[in-house]
Amino acid sequence: MASIYPKYQSDGSRLGGLMEWFDARFPLTSLWKAHLSEYYAPKNFNFWYFFGSIALVVLIIQVVSGIFLTMNYKPDGNLNAAGIPGAFAAVEYIMRDVWGGWFIRNMHSTGASAFFIVVYLHMFRGMLYGSYRKPRELIWIFGVLIFLCLMAEAFMGYLLPWGQMSYWGAQVILNLFSAIPVVGPDLSVFARGDFVVSDTTLNRFFAFHVIAVPLALIGLVVAHVLALHEVGSNNPDGVEIKKFKDEKGIPLDGVPFHPYYTIGHDLPAISIFMFFFFAVVFFWPEGGGYFLEANNFLPADPMKTPNHIAPVWYFTPFYSMLRAMVWNFFWIPAKLWGVIAMGGGVVILAFLPWLDRSPVKSIRYRGPIFKNLLTVFVIGFLILGYLGAQVPEYCFFDQAWLPGAVIAQIFTFYYFLFFLTMPYWSKIDKCKPVPERVTFK
Amino acid sequence: MKTRVIKLLKRLAIVALFTPALVAASEGIHLDKAPLSTEQANLQHGAKLFVNYCLNCHGASLVRYNQLQRIGLDEKTITENLLFTGDKVGDMMTVAMKREDAEAWFGTAPPDLSVISRAKGADYLYTYLRGFYKDENRPTGWNNVAFPNVGMPHALWNLQGEQTLVEKTGENGHQEATLVLSKPGQLSKDEYDQNVADLVSFLEWMGDPSAETRKKIGIFVLIFIAGFYVLAHALGKNYWKDIH
Repeated sequence: MASIYPKYQSDGSRLGGLMEWFDARFPLTSLWKAHLSEYYAPKNFNFWYFFGSIALVVLIIQVVSGIFLTMNYKPDGNLNAAGIPGAFAAVEYIMRDVWGGWFIRNMHSTGASAFFIVVYLHMFRGMLYGSYRKPRELIWIFGVLIFLCLMAEAFMGYLLPWGQMSYWGAQVILNLFSAIPVVGPDLSVFARGDFVVSDTTLNRFFAFHVIAVPLALIGLVVAHVLALHEVGSNNPDGVEIKKFKDEKGIPLDGVPFHPYYTIGHDLPAISIFMFFFFAVVFFWPEGGGYFLEANNFLPADPMKTPNHIAPVWYFTPFYSMLRAMVWNFFWIPAKLWGVIAMGGGVVILAFLPWLDRSPVKSIRYRGPIFKNLLTVFVIGFLILGYLGAQVPEYCFFDQAWLPGAVIAQIFTFYYFLFFLTMPYWSKIDKCKPVPERVTFK
Repeated sequence: MKTRVIKLLKRLAIVALFTPALVAASEGIHLDKAPLSTEQANLQHGAKLFVNYCLNCHGASLVRYNQLQRIGLDEKTITENLLFTGDKVGDMMTVAMKREDAEAWFGTAPPDLSVISRAKGADYLYTYLRGFYKDENRPTGWNNVAFPNVGMPHALWNLQGEQTLVEKTGENGHQEATLVLSKPGQLSKDEYDQNVADLVSFLEWMGDPSAETRKKIGIFVLIFIAGFYVLAHALGKNYWKDIH
């Protein structure tokens, strides 16, 4: 990094002297300039570009509230004298006896759902404007890995309150390992550390949730941002601002990220986000039974299987894909196909940079094929999400000719078809001419 | 066209956030709306009913007696009126009955009621506590419309009296089961409903005792954020005014 940026020169004041001393030994000035004050971002960012910064804010909320929760939570799956599991009692202890505990806990539970809302919108932005296209493939891949980590983090965190949904949700997902041929059943036991989900499972999930996964997550976020700053941000026009620079080498359509985006653009957006976030934290922490599920206020009971087990809302689209696979073919049992579909549904995103062969990046200049297929894709994904929370026998509007199970199969099929046929249709789509420079009102 | 598509997608994203909440799953039985109250008098009355009628078998082992100060009872009142002998005011509201005994008597240990309102919902509890009827086929002699073949006998029977389930043909020809009060209790129907409402209000409070506090604080938090947004927005506009 020994760098293109000149070192800080003291103005002779005591503080200036200290800064000079520090900057001579640490790349403070160059980090600040490279990533904030002299990182040039396109000036035409719109609504969709808020969610990266907001995701970072949610990450901070989750880490900080998580630290305070860890101070009072006990990962204990054994029953106390009153017959309540220790972990379940610990959460209610936080809600009742810890000063401000309800605030910390509601923030953390709301933050989990907020994280997924924000990240789904952030990913969708990438699809709208082709942000994954060359030279940003690595940013996108780091992003998919972040999404995977986030899913692992949410899944393991959801076990910790040790309610009925925590317990049986973990049981269902960990059982999926057993679908893997030959080693599956052993692998399933290895992952649980027991023959059923138990105190052992809870303790290892706690370890993963509070240190292992967050560590990986933060590392990946750093890599995501570093890769972004190496190649520069995409924008709603999908054109490269680095093509046109002034005599000093500054992109003509770029503005310094700080303060134009940090304060000028993201701070108001973050306050709007905070308004909705705290409205939920203070007035609606259950989120209509979707952020905190009613059944999770019943302590985990290994002897009582709930009638209907569904994952939390942010996993339901992929859960639908798991359930959609009901046929054994190619000597592979349906259950394994389900696992392949669920995992493949996430992993296929990583290949998007190479599946998309369109001559243009942004939806603004892409043709009708992309716009129509993407609209159906979004609707299908939402329907998959809705159906994943319903019982398998669910029918839309109670009409037998609108069976949820079949509709979920159709949209699962569409989901994969959308990606797998993309190399073909993205090439033949009728695109519009792309401007040289960004459009800015 | 392009802005239309983006607008449509924006709208879809917003719909995505809210649809699941609107399409809540509905269960089979009809639930009566619980007339909940947050008035201290109602909550205190509910607390009294809870300690007298529920706490003999059900624990609220995640709740401390002295948290009842939050509904306006002082420590002295709690100690004198609500504590079982031997308990201290800082103790949890546990139940003396052994779990093994409970399982032998009722077939299952009575669930802890600390957060039952958040698991089942106030409407369910309100319907359930008014839905007991005599059924000689059950070991306890009681059954319930909201929870068929429940293990619990009617703990409030001396207040409500005895109900029986009468099958009759309704106006549209369907067989309907209605509860009929066959033997009156100490309270009239309206009085009993009011008592159950107080009890359910107390359970609702106990499920999330910080609910009222957080709503009070929440208003100020949201006003602050709204004010902050106005400033942040003005500041942001000022930064961008030179960019063309």
